Amino acid sequence: MSAILPPPERVWWKQPLDRVEGLWIGIALVWCLIMFFMMPYWHVYGKQNLANEAWRTTPEAYMKKAEEVVAKYKVREETDQKIPVVHPPAGSDVYLVARLWSWWPILELEAGKSYRIHLMSMDWLHGFSLQPENINVEVHPGYDHVMTVTPTRAGSYSIICNEYCGINHHTMASRLYVK
Amino acid sequence: MAVNRMFRTCPASGLVFHEPAENLMKANAVAAAVSLLVGGILAIGVTLTRWQAVHMLPPDSFYLFLTAHGLNMLVFWIIFFEMAILYFTSSTLLKCRLAAPGIGWVAFWMMVVGALMNNYAVFRGDSSVMFTAYAPMGAHPTFYLGLILFAVGALISCFVFFATLVVAKSEKTYNGSVPLVTFGAITAAIIAVFTIASGAIILVPTFLWSVGFIDHIDSLVYRTVFWAFGHSSQQINVSAHVAVWYAIAAIVFGAKPLSEKVSRTAFFLYICFLQLASAHHLLADPGLTSNWKIFNTSYAMYLAVLASMVHGLTVPGSIEVAQRQKGYTNGLFEWLRKAPWGNPAFSGMFLSLIGFGFLGGISGVMMGTEQLNLLIHNTLYVPGHFHATVVVGTTLAFMSLTYFLIPVLFRRQMMFAGMAPWQPYVFGLGMMGVSLFLMGAGTLGVPRRHWDIAFAGNPLPYEFPGSAWLMMALAGISSIFAFVGGAMYLAITVGSVFFGKKIETPGFKEISAQQGMVGRPQPAAAPADTTVIAGHQGGVGAGGMCMVAPGTFVLAIVFLVSFVLYYFINWKYLSTVWPLR
Repeated sequence: MSAILPPPERVWWKQPLDRVEGLWIGIALVWCLIMFFMMPYWHVYGKQNLANEAWRTTPEAYMKKAEEVVAKYKVREETDQKIPVVHPPAGSDVYLVARLWSWWPILELEAGKSYRIHLMSMDWLHGFSLQPENINVEVHPGYDHVMTVTPTRAGSYSIICNEYCGINHHTMASRLYVK
Repeated sequence: MAVNRMFRTCPASGLVFHEPAENLMKANAVAAAVSLLVGGILAIGVTLTRWQAVHMLPPDSFYLFLTAHGLNMLVFWIIFFEMAILYFTSSTLLKCRLAAPGIGWVAFWMMVVGALMNNYAVFRGDSSVMFTAYAPMGAHPTFYLGLILFAVGALISCFVFFATLVVAKSEKTYNGSVPLVTFGAITAAIIAVFTIASGAIILVPTFLWSVGFIDHIDSLVYRTVFWAFGHSSQQINVSAHVAVWYAIAAIVFGAKPLSEKVSRTAFFLYICFLQLASAHHLLADPGLTSNWKIFNTSYAMYLAVLASMVHGLTVPGSIEVAQRQKGYTNGLFEWLRKAPWGNPAFSGMFLSLIGFGFLGGISGVMMGTEQLNLLIHNTLYVPGHFHATVVVGTTLAFMSLTYFLIPVLFRRQMMFAGMAPWQPYVFGLGMMGVSLFLMGAGTLGVPRRHWDIAFAGNPLPYEFPGSAWLMMALAGISSIFAFVGGAMYLAITVGSVFFGKKIETPGFKEISAQQGMVGRPQPAAAPADTTVIAGHQGGVGAGGMCMVAPGTFVLAIVFLVSFVLYYFINWKYLSTVWPLR
């Protein structure tokens, strides 16, 4: 029972390693370093990296910008709540508002074009989850997060909230269209 | 005040128990079991609601149950049990009197009151904020106050543990260095101090905010500091259950560590780097740079992952060496085939090791990779991962330790002795199923903490693929197995502790020890322990190389291959997602 007794040899740190341990430590260390370097590598050569760009702002200032974009590029309204559908030009700044318990407005983008999509919450934390593409980003109040997104395939996508935000969390779902 | 120096020696195991330490261990273990019972009952409500075909609870009760389940399991069950482990590894393993048992009791009652107060807040119905309680979503002030009380109690217990180490050293109750298991417990306690300090830094202001003394808590600051508490608390578990693995290998097999140097260095790496993993939770957050994320999420180049991979080899490796010494030397795996699979202490520990490594470890590193996190952030993949680490890993390891403790600590014969050998399989395999299916659902995008993935009542619902619904159903079915396994565990332990036949040893009496020293210290080297590993006879040739534990090495390579494949499959998956920058 020696793992629960003091080591029998007092100078245990001079005990030589067995090959099984030495070899495994070597292999594991190399693997750990490979995993570490994959992250910087992907920043240089990969195409999916979460943007570092974020700005401190207030809900009022953010909402104002979102409303300006909606006023300029609205193409139609959907559902009984008349949620505006916005079709912004490629390369432009698009504001998506997360609040209890809806996403606003609905975005209509074009495949192969890039957009600067802003994400911010008006109240609590929310989770931006684009399905079935499976891109998941945390949405904070007070932090305007700017991601440059390039949709690749046309279709109708869903944005659901995947950060628990209270009793109606499960009703917080919207659409994103790619033409 | 006279110091209580009453000790007893367990006739079966030879372990020495200090009377006040023993009582504290029992109290903490019982409080842990009660928390497990409450958390387990709540788990049924959670899983049967997420299984869409059953969809048992309305949303308010669902979120309430989920909050209470998380807190009772992740915090109360595990930390109460860890306190018992701290007292065991200090007082019992070092044959030392417990320093300041009175303060230990103050700590215990603070933890009990804290746990009750927190549960009161949740069951009021206005604090369904989950374990994470992300500000600016607010809970009732007693929610935070309960957690703070509990954490301070735990912190005081840690200091009783440290003080006991000091007493043991100064009263010379052991020779040389502390046992490896105690070393692992020291690791856990050091991480606990860091964890609880972080918890205080964020929970105290949040409490003040909830009563109106502070008017704003920043959501990003909250998440960053909270996870230094929330994730690090799970790293206490890792250190503690790895120590339990070593302890069970020693108790069941008489296994000695392959090398003290390697195992202790691996624990030391935990102290240095494990807490950095808290940053895993912030990979999809704005306002933090990629440099910060990469350094921290790799735990400074994955040095803590390295440590876990080392423990994953040395624990079964030490068992293999011990088994080969007993003559199980045929082929690569006779030592494993002939292991006592009917002994729940062993089978639970081994399932814990396998589940923690293959399911919890690999998935944890995958989702802790900066870019890959985008694929699964806040999906059910996350609970899938931590049910493999905290439930299959920690909980099952703690359960297997109790099978050893019932006769030794509680001095009772096991009740339902015919059922006990099955318990680790029912619970462990059920919970592995839960983990796997939740991860499967998460990979398909199913969100965590979500009452209804059918989005009933929403004009723009998302229709999850049928496979996601199937995964949820399978997770629900597996959770029933796990629940039965948990109920078996509680029936066996509670039954034995309160109604089991008392173990009476003729001639047994408590002994009073002088100056904390009990009997004689162990001789410097027992004959069985003198075998030098490097010159050990039991090794067989594996590919022309002589190793002491070739079977374990093969298992480790199987693990590595699964790890590498799964890791790169996810990069492949990520490369098909919309470009983002």
